[in-house]
This record gives sequence, C-alpha cells and structure tokens, in this order.
Amino acid sequence: MTKKLVINRKYLPLIVTIGLFAFAFLMGSVLYPGFLSLQVFLNLFIDNAFLCVAAVGMTFVILSGGIDLSVGSIIALTTMLSAYLLEVAGWSPAIVIPTVLLTGVLFGCGMGCLIHFFKIQPFIITLAGMFLARGLCYVISIQTITITNEFYRQVSQYRIPLPGGNFISINVIIFIVVVAVGIYLAHYTRFGRAVYAIGGNEQSAVLMGLPVGRTKVLIYTLNGFCSALAGIVFTFYMLSGYGLHANGMEMDTIASVVIGGTLLTGGVGYVFGTMFGVLIQGVIQTLIMFQGTLSSWWTKIAVGILLFLFIMLQRVFTSERSERGGAVGKPYGIKKGLEAK
Amino acid sequence: MISHHSILRRVKNSRIAWTLLILALVLLFNLVFTKGFFHIEIKDGHLFGSLIDILNRAAPTMLLAIGMTFVIATGGVDLSVGAVVAISGALAASMVGGKLVLKGDVQEYISIYPMWLAIAAALLVSLASGIWNGLLVSRAKIQPMVATLILMVAGRGVAQLITNGQIITIYYKSYHYIGTGYLLGLPFTVFIVGLVLLVAWLLARKTAIGLFVESVGGNRTASRLAGINSANVILSVYTFCGFCAGIAGLIVSSNVKSADGNNAGLWSELDAILAVVIGGTSFTGGRFYLMGSVVGALIIQSLTTTIYSVGVPPEINLVVKAIVVFIVSLLQSESFRKTVFGNPAGKGRVSA
Repeated sequence: MTKKLVINRKYLPLIVTIGLFAFAFLMGSVLYPGFLSLQVFLNLFIDNAFLCVAAVGMTFVILSGGIDLSVGSIIALTTMLSAYLLEVAGWSPAIVIPTVLLTGVLFGCGMGCLIHFFKIQPFIITLAGMFLARGLCYVISIQTITITNEFYRQVSQYRIPLPGGNFISINVIIFIVVVAVGIYLAHYTRFGRAVYAIGGNEQSAVLMGLPVGRTKVLIYTLNGFCSALAGIVFTFYMLSGYGLHANGMEMDTIASVVIGGTLLTGGVGYVFGTMFGVLIQGVIQTLIMFQGTLSSWWTKIAVGILLFLFIMLQRVFTSERSERGGAVGKPYGIKKGLEAK
Repeated sequence: MISHHSILRRVKNSRIAWTLLILALVLLFNLVFTKGFFHIEIKDGHLFGSLIDILNRAAPTMLLAIGMTFVIATGGVDLSVGAVVAISGALAASMVGGKLVLKGDVQEYISIYPMWLAIAAALLVSLASGIWNGLLVSRAKIQPMVATLILMVAGRGVAQLITNGQIITIYYKSYHYIGTGYLLGLPFTVFIVGLVLLVAWLLARKTAIGLFVESVGGNRTASRLAGINSANVILSVYTFCGFCAGIAGLIVSSNVKSADGNNAGLWSELDAILAVVIGGTSFTGGRFYLMGSVVGALIIQSLTTTIYSVGVPPEINLVVKAIVVFIVSLLQSESFRKTVFGNPAGKGRVSA
C-alpha cells in the first residue's frame, strides 16, 4: 500500500503532464470540427520536431542542475553554416552534416570544460556562448541564405505515408530516435545515473566516487550535439539559413523541460515528460490556430500560465519530499553558492 | 614603501578598479583608433559627442543593472526585466498615444489620458510585476531563475495584448522629452539614472538595507536566524528591480517614440545581468557593487558605440560581447587565476 503511494508520487508530475496533454487535445476535439484527426496529431510531431530534439539535450543539462542558454543560437548557427557550406562553398551534404554536428559538439564541449575546470556559472558561460554563436551567424552572412540543394529539398519534402492517407516527415523519425536514445541514456547507462546523482547533490556525487567532471563536460557536449541536430532538423523544416532563426528558442526549450516535469534544481525528471512538454506547447498553438480569432500572443500567455502551474505543483511535490526527510532541502538560490557557504 | 605596497594591494583587491580598467581600455582604444571620439561640442545649448551619446544610450541598461544588482546580491536573478520594459512602454504608449485636434487653426496632438496618469500607471504595473516575482521567490520559495522565467515568457504576451499586437506610435510631444530631452545641457535620461542611483546608493550604504541584502545573499537561513526578515528583503529587491525596469521602459518607448510589445527591451535582461557581473558582483550573491554595475553598463554601451564608429559591421558586436564575457568570467574565476597566475598565497598576498 505504502509502496504504491510512493511510486505514484514519483510519477505525479509526469502523469499530470500527460493528462494535461490529453485534456487539451480532447478539448480541441470537442470544440472544433476536424481537430480530432490523426494528421492533426501527427502535425504536432512534424512542427515541433526541432524543439523536442533540443529539449531532450536540455533535459540532461537541467537534470544535472545546470542551464544552457546557447541552444537557440547554436540552432541558428547550424542553419547558417549548413546553408553557407551547401550553397556558397558547394560542399556535399555528406560532409556538411557531420561538420555542423561536430561544430555543435565542440561548442558544447568547450562550454562544458569552462564550466567544469574554471568553476564558472553555467548561466554566464552559456550566455557568452549564446552571443558568440549568434554573432558568428552574422559573420557568415547578414542575409537569409535559401537552400536549393537537391538532397535537403528531397528530405524536406519527403512524406512517409501512414495508413489512412496520413503522413509524417523524416524529421519525425529523427525526433523519435532522439527521444528513444535520450530515455536509454538517462535510465539505462552509467552516464544517466551520474547525471541524476550530480543533480541530486553534487558533493555527494563526488564523495560517491562518480566521475563528476567528465559527466558534466559530457552533458554540455551532448546538449551541443542535440542543439546542432535540432539545427539540422530546423534546416530541413525551413530550407534556409538565417541569423534570426530560432530567436529565443532556449526559453521555449527550458519551458518544455519544466512543463515536462523536470525539476530545475536538478535530480528529478524524465526525458519522456519533456516530449509531452513540447507537445503541450504544440497543442496550445494548434488550439489557438483552430480558434481563429485569438491572436498568437495568447500562446505566450498560456505557456506562462502553464509554467506557473507546473512550478507550483513541483513546489508542493518537493516540499512534501523534504518534509518526509528527503535530501531536497535546497529550495532557494543558486545551488553552488549555497552549498559552498 | 609600505604605503606604496598597500595602495597597490587595495587597488588589486578593489573590484571597481578592475571594472574601471576595462572601461579605460575601451576608451583608450577609441583615443587611438576613433577620430573625434572625445570631441564634445555645444549645439543649441546642448552637449553633443560620442561620450554624451554613450551616457544617453546606456541609460536603460544602467537602470536595469541598478535594480538587478540588488537581486543578484540576494543570490537571485530576474529574467523578466526585458518583458517588464515592454509592458511598461506598451501601457504608457497606449495611454498617451496622440489624438489629433484643432487648436484654432493649428493641428496639434494631445494625449489620450493625462501624461502623469500614463506614467503612474506604467510604473504601478511594473511595481506589481516586481511584487509578483518577489512573492514567487520569497513566499512560494521558487528558484529565482524559474520564477522570473514565467513573467519573461508571459510578459511579452501581455505587452502585445496591451498594444493589440501593433506597434503604437507616440505623437504626443511632451512624452518625447523623457528619452530625448535635455536639461542643463545634458540628456534628461542622465538625471533620471542619477536620481535612481542616488536613491539606491543611499538605501544600500546609508541604511541597514544594504547589509540585509548582502546578508541574505550570503546565507539566507543564517540571516533569518539572526533576526532579518529574509522573505521581505527578497520581496523588496524584486519590487525595486521591477520599478527600475518600468522606468527603463518609459525611456525606451520615449526614445524611439513608439512601443513594440515584441521587441522592446528584447534581451535587455541579459545585458543587465552582464553589466552586474562585469561590475564585480558575484552571481552567487553576497557583496554587491552598485557603481560597478553602472560602469559595467557603460562598458557594454561603449563597446557597441566603438564597434559602430570603427566601421566594423555592427553584427560583429555580439562576437566581441561574447569574448568580453569570456574574459571577464575567466578573470573572476578563482581556479582560472590560480592556474594562470600561480598560487598567490605563496607570495604572502591575498587574492581578491
């Protein structure tokens, strides 16, 4: 009996997230004709694939108690670099894709090293990374570069048919693979366990003999890779490179992770929940689109309200845990500073 | 000899000295490479020149940085100031607007509501935003970055709701004075910043409030046990930060004579945080340096102006900014200084 209750509580934010998604979708189906169709559901995946790929990487960063503000800029840099290398330099996609992925990995790895070796706040370093990546976009070109490359066009337009005349795009396949790999990494590898341990309590993780430094650098490297991959997905989606692409997307990504039930203090959360965090934002956008008269800024307000609800829910959740004698007693402030003092 | 040594050490240990050094370097660069950078002339009784321009343009960032200093000193951060800038500007602009009326034979724009009412309303809403953030952090005990993220996301929506998604143009002349007017030959914004800075400095250094803030930033629980009402200290710093953002919003909207819910104050929270960190206030809370933050904001603006006047494409601005942040954060990192400059303890000196 008691055991069942504990398990329920552990999954509570996840259940609420999934429930809310189902509720929002159901509400749309009741209110608007044509909403309840497989294609509307599949479009959520097609239109939000890049956001989800980025959010999976961000989940690991936030699980470890860190933050990465450079995501949106790295996506923009990836689109810009891809477009430049394909169109201006005339490289083959077979070289361009590994090159941009490597750029993202190096970017993430560099920031991770600075964070780990020089003990600089992730917020500040990734802020600098954000400026740098977006600045580099403009160094490449100020204008939009349209991609006319045959391979990119074909990937972008390819429709994988599903029964009933529905379809998905190749981006959706990448989306699903990334989520699956993310779940595997988080729950079935040593790396994943180390991430949770660092987020729970970094000092304890060090004392337990976990490779804290290596894991931290790897987390940011992974996020750099995910951002670059999200950038490639975004390039397939937009077929252009532009310095203003994905402006402010780091905040959408963080919001998805939080709505997906991951604690911003680290240590608690699921990659699976993040996927629903992304889908909920997608449903809100679709609802507003179907409604027709509401303007797009209502999306922002709705996401803000959702964020508030989830954070309050998490608050109740964590205070219950710490009252039960758990180790989550750090409700305030930037963790490092508090622990150091 | 001894006094010489202690002065050196004082300079070395003083945060503001390092910040001023960076500003001096930027200005020195201009002295060499930019013609007429230090040239100030008087036109129509107003002072003109690059330096005055920097002061004027840095005003919103300076205001945000002053508010942000207190927040960061308590170990927090406020990501919502950019959104509050947009809300404040949008509200004031939609209330002032400009109605075309005939006065005798002359067409003239008058404000829809009295201007003082518009300003008061904008500042009140900014205060309310600050109180909202403060309550979330102090009472609901939510992590500051998360708590203010809510308003950062939703606030832009609210600003667009106020302006109905349009860019509102302000035609009413008197409102333009806030951001573009001159008083005693200097831009009016300089006086606004000066007043806010004076009030902040008096509160921080001439009353116990500054000590309370540092104490809460140092250790919240210990402060509470020492009899400081930590929750209220935190509530008031976020309220003050919101208020500063409100004033900045008025200046920004008046300066460009319009309000744009989407782009007004975009990423200004990051500039403000950057200014505070460059100014020497640690991101982990505790000691804070108001003047440092103001100088930090000036450094950011000087960099921008320099890049414009040197003729480098303005897009490179972000790259330069990134490099400055990297350098400053590396210099502030203790482990970096130990690695590069060796262990200062061995020479009997205490590192800053």
